[in-house]
Amino acid sequence: MFVLVEMVDTVRIPPWQFERKLNDSIAEELNKKLANKVVYNVGLCICLFDITKLEDAYVFPGDGASHTKVHFRCVVFHPFLDEILIGKIKGCSPEGVHVSLGFFDDILIPPESLQQPAKFPSHYLVAALTLDPLSDEAEQVWVWEYETEEGAHDLYMDTGEEIRFRVVDESFVDTSPTGPSSADATTSSEELPKKEAPYTLVGSISEPGLGLLSWWTSN
Amino acid sequence: MEVHLSPGWIQTPGRSDPPVSARSSWDDRKDANSALLSNYEVFQLLTDLKEQRKESGKNKHSSGQQNLNTITYETLKYISKTPCRHQSPEIVREFLTALKSHKLTKAEKLQLLNHRPVTAVEIQLMVEESEERLTEEQIEALLHTVTSILPAEPEAEQKKNTNSNVAMDEEDPA
Repeated sequence: MFVLVEMVDTVRIPPWQFERKLNDSIAEELNKKLANKVVYNVGLCICLFDITKLEDAYVFPGDGASHTKVHFRCVVFHPFLDEILIGKIKGCSPEGVHVSLGFFDDILIPPESLQQPAKFPSHYLVAALTLDPLSDEAEQVWVWEYETEEGAHDLYMDTGEEIRFRVVDESFVDTSPTGPSSADATTSSEELPKKEAPYTLVGSISEPGLGLLSWWTSN
Repeated sequence: MEVHLSPGWIQTPGRSDPPVSARSSWDDRKDANSALLSNYEVFQLLTDLKEQRKESGKNKHSSGQQNLNTITYETLKYISKTPCRHQSPEIVREFLTALKSHKLTKAEKLQLLNHRPVTAVEIQLMVEESEERLTEEQIEALLHTVTSILPAEPEAEQKKNTNSNVAMDEEDPA
């Protein structure tokens, strides 16, 4: 789930912090810059792990602060492909089931990832995921209808339930600000453009053992 | 909650330094695997970090530190609900030594360590092509290794004990 990533960066220490130990100031600056931020194509940075190398610090004319090039390692949340994770269902929508890990929210399980596997034992005849039509807008819940010899069982995927899923895909979006657009662009009084999540995961629960934990616990 | 930092926006006046560069990519699995951290290691790191910051005290609540506070709190909350919080370096070492005979990949061993599976279904999820690589006895042996070396949640242990006590009481009158 977590990886250690080596990074290089230049850290600026303002003069009023010169009395502190350089390592402490640098660690604090790096944490301030990276914690809870997504780095493009790397993952969600959690915190600084350690500093591996400090190069010479320079002071530039016009700016009294010192600039130090730092080689360091950072703890990054970046699950590998096909990793199994356990999260909580945040909600359901026509796009699928939204899962959250507490510190990371942008996980989606699309409807087609609960398939009808032909090779399953005969009592898993139908595994169809449908949006419960009887519930009103406020409470949309995905339901797994599976049939056994006794009849169909409806298994609801309620909010707040713990769910085990497999990571099948990830996508990074570059959300850095672009320059000003053309002359007839939206004025400042209009709404801001939709915010895109910089890092999203796509999950799947289409295998035995995946899905709500309560579906698979032996009693 | 997450803000995107694009590499290269660090510009120091008068010098063209290389941007923040990260040496990792989704396809680079050989390198990515060598840098994997177990949940227990991250738990230790964040707990130590929290202790350190509590001692130094003064500027925890400044706006710059808020992100670190949030991510540390949420990640600790998540990991504390997993069996990883009861592990120790010795337990992890013992577990990895015991797994040597089973010929599992690094990623599979990491998942077993993080999740502590108790059923064969879970093992099949975490070990690729387990039907071809492991026989039923091997899966049982693997489960036994996992459950005996890695500590479980204390409430789960208690529940198991009370269940077995109830069973014993039922047998007595007979």
